[in-house]
Amino acid sequence: MTSNRREFLKIAGASTLALLAPAILCPARTRGNLSAAEQKSSLLHPLTAKRWALAVDHAKCSADCTDCITACHRIHNVPDFHNPKDEIKWIWTEPFSAVFPGENHPYQGQAVQKMRLPVLCNHCANPPCVRVCPTKATFQRRDGIVMMDYHRCIGCRLCMAACPYGARSMNYRDPRPFIAGINPDFPTRTKGVVEKCNFCEERLARGLRPACVDACKQKALVFGDVENPQAEVRQLIEKRFNLRRRANLGTKPQIYYIL
Amino acid sequence: MLEKALKGGRGYWSWIAVLLIVAATGFCFYLRQLDYGLGVTGMSRDVSWGLYIAQFTFLVGVAASAVMLVLPYYLHDYKAFGKITILGEFLAVTAVIMCVLFIFVDLGQPSRVMNVLLHPAPTSILFWDMIVLSGYLLINIITGWVILSSQRNEIPPPPWVKPLIYLSIPWAVSIHTITAFIYAGLPGRSFWLTAIMAPRFLASAFASGPALLILLCLLLKRCGGFDAGSKAVQALAKIVAYALAVSIFFVLVELFTAFYSQIPEHAEHFRYLFAGLEGRTNLVPWMWTSAVLALAALVMLIIPPLRRKEGWLAVACVAVFVSLWIEKGLGLVITGFIPSPLQSVTEYNPTGTEIAITVGVWAIGFLILTLFYRIFVAVRGGIDGAPDEKAAANIKY
Amino acid sequence: MKLYNGGIIITGIVIFALLITFPFWWGKGEKNPAPVLSVDTPAINQLPDKRCLEDASFMRKNHMKLLNTWREGAVREGQRLYTATDGRSFEVSLTGTCLHCHSNKDQFCDRCHNYMGAKPNCFSCHIIPGEVNK
Repeated sequence: MTSNRREFLKIAGASTLALLAPAILCPARTRGNLSAAEQKSSLLHPLTAKRWALAVDHAKCSADCTDCITACHRIHNVPDFHNPKDEIKWIWTEPFSAVFPGENHPYQGQAVQKMRLPVLCNHCANPPCVRVCPTKATFQRRDGIVMMDYHRCIGCRLCMAACPYGARSMNYRDPRPFIAGINPDFPTRTKGVVEKCNFCEERLARGLRPACVDACKQKALVFGDVENPQAEVRQLIEKRFNLRRRANLGTKPQIYYIL
Repeated sequence: MLEKALKGGRGYWSWIAVLLIVAATGFCFYLRQLDYGLGVTGMSRDVSWGLYIAQFTFLVGVAASAVMLVLPYYLHDYKAFGKITILGEFLAVTAVIMCVLFIFVDLGQPSRVMNVLLHPAPTSILFWDMIVLSGYLLINIITGWVILSSQRNEIPPPPWVKPLIYLSIPWAVSIHTITAFIYAGLPGRSFWLTAIMAPRFLASAFASGPALLILLCLLLKRCGGFDAGSKAVQALAKIVAYALAVSIFFVLVELFTAFYSQIPEHAEHFRYLFAGLEGRTNLVPWMWTSAVLALAALVMLIIPPLRRKEGWLAVACVAVFVSLWIEKGLGLVITGFIPSPLQSVTEYNPTGTEIAITVGVWAIGFLILTLFYRIFVAVRGGIDGAPDEKAAANIKY
Repeated sequence: MKLYNGGIIITGIVIFALLITFPFWWGKGEKNPAPVLSVDTPAINQLPDKRCLEDASFMRKNHMKLLNTWREGAVREGQRLYTATDGRSFEVSLTGTCLHCHSNKDQFCDRCHNYMGAKPNCFSCHIIPGEVNK
């Protein structure tokens, strides 16, 4: 049969698209669906960045939506103790006056007064929690993510005192009995250690975006490498006015709120 | 010399028994805490440090106060303090041991405590705190013990002790400065982010520590047969008076900055302390009690006729100790968390288990202190008890 | 030389000797056979080539050290791929790799650990497959 280069390229392109279709159409792949070989190979294509950041486009959030919270807490086995004293949360919503203290005033419109913004660890470029940790159980990776090493944490809670954003939670008791449906692909934590959002570094290692980003149907959360001028998150924060929380403290937080 | 702690009358052994029972009770409650987790305490996501760290902060001050005896005697030859520097050093050792115990019971994963040494983090002030506290413990226990044994053998102490004692003077200042730095360097806690944190700590330390020492000296005169001498006690009382005055002054200047600048971030914490926030007033009665006690004690210590009477002096010292315990523990540590970085007011209520463990650690501290002081009194009794004053005068310090 | 309080001293020495040799005489004659480990799991039975990361004697001696290296590498350095000495690569995961094959923890891991009195606390966090509700 005769075929020329153009035909060949058409067939090659179509085949590639067909192979990629499952990956594009089903982004919420969990590890359980993959064989061991596939899991291993996904590790060969991690997402990398010079500095990971998240932009929150609040205009796109729908009222009372908690999809990001549910997704994060489910896949990371975040317990629910049903009491605010022992509460553990990695991502949650707060009113405008709490997220930007001092910026609220009585003449701020109802839209702003009632606004609820998602808050999480800011993965600061200059994190005070990393500075104070006596064992380096909380440390900063080269790609900017502020990580927790639950094996090394002694539970002194100095990081909780140091965090200007209240982003960290302590396991004051054993969390296992309080996790509704344990995700077997991610460990739980144990009593006596501090935990917080990890920018889904275990998903980034497999080429997946953070769970909250994927779970948001409105695409209000934009995640990417803020030091890459081509990245969507960088272009978004260059174009639209945005604020970071308590930026005057010099922590250089990497969550940008588009307002 | 340790065997001297094993000789005592009925009062002595009953006191030891009570302390052991309280310590054992605290230990049982600690086992419960180990099993359940720190959730047995009143600490929460917002107020993540409570009674344990409050005690640690206060006791580092008491430990540092030994310098108030060592400095006048060894640097300025103030002879009146010669007999009691060892008391200060032993008190320092006890206080440091209590500090370490309080940090230990506050850890979520105490079995991993060696990670601080296995994976040193020089940027962390807690790491340096561990180092300086351990060093201070070693310095004081060595110097206290060596000097006491030299006195017992009626020989001058070995020459290498002197440099160690001189070292303990800046070291004492450093332990409390570094503890203050744990708080004063945190960008997110506006209540603590003030340069006066370290001076405030030192001032209240030099008031509360010597106040406790005065009480212990009065106690030793009553039931230990050891007289520190009214000159030493009065000198200590004057030190307490000045330090208390400075401490009160520091609190007042803090109040001025907060309330004159009217910056909400700074003023809110003080408002919570003295008036309550959003109707939450847990600490208000405590703070006013502390203020009243401090002022009353200052009056009692400043007026010489009152200061010279042991009854008034004892009351004043108790008032100082309690007032500063409230101010430094509850008033400083807890308030840093209220309101939280997200502007919410979560109050802190210690639980029974937490209080039992705290009292248990205090009992262990008093137990160690009793043993040390029993040895001291027995040794001094052998020297001062000598009817011949010349024997006592022959002791070279 | 006269031995004062001889009765108390001799009694004390005898009690001390009994206590210090306790491990040697307590349970004498009891049989404590070495544990027999079962590798009969669905995942292992499916393997064409029944090999662990390294050979059994290496794993027996060094799996603790290996897991520690994995832990430091995966969490702190982001190294999630392990290359065995024979060149095969594995994902660094206690639950996902080790326990994927050795899914019968109580008939494999626990048998030796209980015999040796070792109590690794890994599983207070790391999930044991089959023991959690999905």
